[in-house]
Amino acid sequence: MKNSRSVPKKGGVLKRVLGYVGRYPASLVGSFVFALLSVAATLCVPVFFGDAIDCIIKAGKVDLVALKSVFVKTAVAVLIAALSQWLAGICNNRISCNVVRDLRKDAFGKLGKLPLKYIDTHSHGDTVSRVIADADQFSDGLLMGFTQFFTGALTILGTIAFMLLTNWKIGLIVVLLTPVSLFVARFVATHTHKFFVEQTSARGEQTAFAEEAIAGLKTTQAFAHEDENEAKFDKINARLEKASLKATFYSSLTNPSTRFINNLVYAVVALVGAIDVANGTIVAGAAFTVGGLTKFLSYANQYTKPFNEISGVVTELKSAFTCAARIFELIDETEEVSDGGNEELPRAEGIVELENVSFSYTEERKLIEALSLRVPQGRRVAIVGRTGSGKTTLINLLMRFYDVDKGAVKIDGRDVRKLTRRSLRKSYGMVLQETWLKCGTVRENIRMGKPDATDEEIIEAAKKTRAHSFIKRMERGYDTLLSEDGGNLSEGQKQLLCITRVMLALPPMLILDEATSSIDTRTEKKISEAFDRLMEGRTTFIVAHRLSTIVHADAILVMEAGHVVEQGTHAELLARNGAYAKLYNSQFA
Amino acid sequence: MKKLFSYFKRYKWQSLLGPFFKLLEATFELLVPFVVGLIVDRGLGAYVDGGYPNADIGYIVGMCLLLAAFGLAGLAFSVTAQYFAARTATGVAADIRRDLFKKIQSLSYKDIDEMGASTMLTRMTSDVDRFQSGVNLALRLFLRSPFIVFGAMITAYIIDPESLGVFAVTIVALAVVVYAVMFLCMPLYKKTQNKLDKVLLSTRENLTGARVLRAFCREDGEKKLFDTRNEELNKGRKFVGGIAAITNPLTYVLVNFATIVLIWTGALRVDAGGLTQGNVIALYNLMGQILVELIKLANLIVTVTKAAACGGRISAVLQAQPSLLLEEETEAKGSGAFIEFDNVTMRYIEGADVALENVSFTVARGETVGVIGGTGSGKTTLVNLIPHFYDTTEGEVRVDGKSVRDKALQTRLRENIGVVPQKAVLFKGTLRENLLWGKADATDGELWRALEIARADEFVKEKGGLDIPVEQGGKNFSGGQKQRLTIARALVREPEILILDDSSSALDYATDAELRKAIRKLDFTTFIVSQRASSVMNADKIVVLDDGVAVGMGTHEELMRSCEVYREIYFSQYETEGGQAV
Repeated sequence: MKNSRSVPKKGGVLKRVLGYVGRYPASLVGSFVFALLSVAATLCVPVFFGDAIDCIIKAGKVDLVALKSVFVKTAVAVLIAALSQWLAGICNNRISCNVVRDLRKDAFGKLGKLPLKYIDTHSHGDTVSRVIADADQFSDGLLMGFTQFFTGALTILGTIAFMLLTNWKIGLIVVLLTPVSLFVARFVATHTHKFFVEQTSARGEQTAFAEEAIAGLKTTQAFAHEDENEAKFDKINARLEKASLKATFYSSLTNPSTRFINNLVYAVVALVGAIDVANGTIVAGAAFTVGGLTKFLSYANQYTKPFNEISGVVTELKSAFTCAARIFELIDETEEVSDGGNEELPRAEGIVELENVSFSYTEERKLIEALSLRVPQGRRVAIVGRTGSGKTTLINLLMRFYDVDKGAVKIDGRDVRKLTRRSLRKSYGMVLQETWLKCGTVRENIRMGKPDATDEEIIEAAKKTRAHSFIKRMERGYDTLLSEDGGNLSEGQKQLLCITRVMLALPPMLILDEATSSIDTRTEKKISEAFDRLMEGRTTFIVAHRLSTIVHADAILVMEAGHVVEQGTHAELLARNGAYAKLYNSQFA
Repeated sequence: MKKLFSYFKRYKWQSLLGPFFKLLEATFELLVPFVVGLIVDRGLGAYVDGGYPNADIGYIVGMCLLLAAFGLAGLAFSVTAQYFAARTATGVAADIRRDLFKKIQSLSYKDIDEMGASTMLTRMTSDVDRFQSGVNLALRLFLRSPFIVFGAMITAYIIDPESLGVFAVTIVALAVVVYAVMFLCMPLYKKTQNKLDKVLLSTRENLTGARVLRAFCREDGEKKLFDTRNEELNKGRKFVGGIAAITNPLTYVLVNFATIVLIWTGALRVDAGGLTQGNVIALYNLMGQILVELIKLANLIVTVTKAAACGGRISAVLQAQPSLLLEEETEAKGSGAFIEFDNVTMRYIEGADVALENVSFTVARGETVGVIGGTGSGKTTLVNLIPHFYDTTEGEVRVDGKSVRDKALQTRLRENIGVVPQKAVLFKGTLRENLLWGKADATDGELWRALEIARADEFVKEKGGLDIPVEQGGKNFSGGQKQRLTIARALVREPEILILDDSSSALDYATDAELRKAIRKLDFTTFIVSQRASSVMNADKIVVLDDGVAVGMGTHEELMRSCEVYREIYFSQYETEGGQAV
């Protein structure tokens, strides 16, 4: 893939879709060649059958010898048509499958490059529905487009050419009536587009709501709030039903109306053709025969099909392109500032500096302003403060989940924006209060910290954090499959696994955001020794409420409304009798 | 699948009228070859000396006008049919979505744990969508195609009874082909759909776990995993697509070879004088119609098999029985205490370790009960049994002497218990909407009072009051703020029983202490689950759990004397926190 992808592409959806399709030239050429072959052979068959009919005039006037040779030709044409149709089908299927795979791949690749701000502020359900449902619908539309659009167009062209050559009068009538059919199809397509947009947006809204409702299902049940949720769901559902009905019905008008036009064409061909036969009109050097009329009628019929299909395809493609546009919208989202060309941070010493840092999530609401801080190597820094005072934000900045608005965060004297994110984050070990585990085995989850860890190392780490004992008791030990987000574990057990992850990775710096909030103090005490050893020589940031963790810190930062209001050791701060002393004394309230 | 058919009952007329009008349209189509045969035989008249001296131009014009009229009638009928089909399909889909949602909401905690959120979501969205388009197409074409096929056969019989054999054999052969492809593809579609689930899981995880995955630099690994899953899905789809693509060519060959036979035998009989040229043309056209119809049918089958696979997945959810046991009328028994745990044992999965073992205790109305113990000791399990979120494996939980399995009691409890779960969950909307979950008709005064008790009034005021928006998952609040809001939500309903499941873990000590003090003043029966001795030491009764066993029960003082585990917990917190044990 080219590098140009990092710059959001502009330009029509069609052009971009073609760009994806163009990656499979072999299948594309195959699709065209086989479609051409199959159309050519298919168009021959009615001609042969028409010739066959001309061999059968009436009793005693049947030419069986000629009939036999016509049928040999027919059989060959039929076999060629069938075989090439099948091969074209396979090519088309390959293209549509591969294109969707590529689209999904790009969309997913994008997820890893989106700033966290996007993920934090956009509905996950909506994003998921772009990658899954929209991509699927696009795939269906694309496949239909490929199978039917091209063959349809070729069939129409072939038919017209044949008609004009054999009987220009009838051919001309057909050609003149054709635009009516196209016009009708176009009319329907343009007028249904808005219903599809409506349907897609209602669907997106419903997915988002359902996702939230399912994720919070336990809470819903605990509050017996099912009925209210249902009412809300029904409301969106009714809207979706209405939009869906309109989109489905109006788009399905194309077929009957084009079919009607084609039936008229059929009637006219029958009329003019029959009269020509009756008058014995000479066309293309011979009298127009009944067999000739049969050919024309078959053609008029065959000619109907591609028109129906093409118009059907047009509506299908419309909605496919709406879906594609939604996927492209995701792919085009502004990415995090690229760190290409940035330096790797070698194994960090762990000197962390904040220089005059200002940051806020939204412009209206200032959070951190002009914060400066210097943490020497190997220090243990506790961040305390009331809930919502900006502790977690500080971590977002340290890990570079968000970039500062002003000032700089530096590691070992180097601005983090000049380092690769990967090397920066590799130097930190993070345990968050809101634990997150992936769907997979216990072992896989722990190994996340160090992908090349051996089983022994994993068990060793788990023993240190006391997770080993409960893992051992699980159904299949380290190979127990955890459901999505570790659903079958308690919060505390999840936290122990998250700590084990870090224990295994042994990074030079640590961030512990309420790392033990859900672990009971007895267990905490048991793992504290391991924790102490882990923190030895490592610069550590601890957000904690438990003063036991805080008391032993080298420095305590007391935060209030985005500012560090006090800074010092436990003893110093107590002596100052300020915010920290107040917080400390309140614990026995 | 049977279950899904019942959804058509509401659209009985529409789902009958749709195909009916389609059949009317098809009837007119079947008449067309007949009319063409007449034009040749009667309109042109006899073939004499290389020409048609007896041609009846008036007759030909009349017949062609008839063809045009058929076209017009066909248009009217098919538009009507399309409407009914669309109406049925979208209506049925909407009803199914509604019921699915309802069903999912009625599943027990255990079912939710087992099924997983992403599965439930796909069933409700993409599966229903596919089902809807399948139904729509099926109503339009599924009856029409067989009708045209058999109709063509019957028409052929009327024109020439001897051609019946060719038609019958062809139709049987076609049916075999179509059925075989369907038979092969059905299970394969199911398989690929499961692969899609995996792709969806990857996508979801990379949104929900973005922070952790990035912190561990797992982006590349996740991408690789996604690519593998994506590729597997792709392979599966290509394989099924390859098989499905064979239907059209195969039917094409069958029909055309049948046409050859048809014309050949027709030729022999025309030669012998038993048939006219117009008859042969009509038969030929009828066979042609079968082909056109079959191509439509084959395309349809792909969509319908996919839809049927989705339908199967949908009905699996619809038929899932909530695993919770409920009883209609139970008799009051037991000690008569307000809440009673009677020798309760609980296993989440059969054969797994016990989560609670032989726990018995009683609680009087208005008492505050502390539940303390280590991680995984069964604290949450214990409180989750009171509103009957899970079934006990042995023993019984009773409220007012009645088993919580009692249906009426469960309804009452769910409406009168305030639960604050470990994980604070808020819903998209406004703060007011979220708080009203507790009590739908609460006044602003009541809401503010609850916020005040939960120590959430200050930041709520600061952010702009009750109507501030709550983003999905409450993302615009910090962990501690969310916890306090969920506490307020539970307080709004002034519950009979208040359950605080470790719900102050994200609060600092000062806020936590203030909060507990305020709650103590209320006279609800309260369960406080915590790992902090300070949170429970003032409770009327403390239950100490260790690996699912109640190792101690009593007041703080009693337990300090008698319970080793409690003492350990207490000292682990107080000794290091200033050594000033009270």
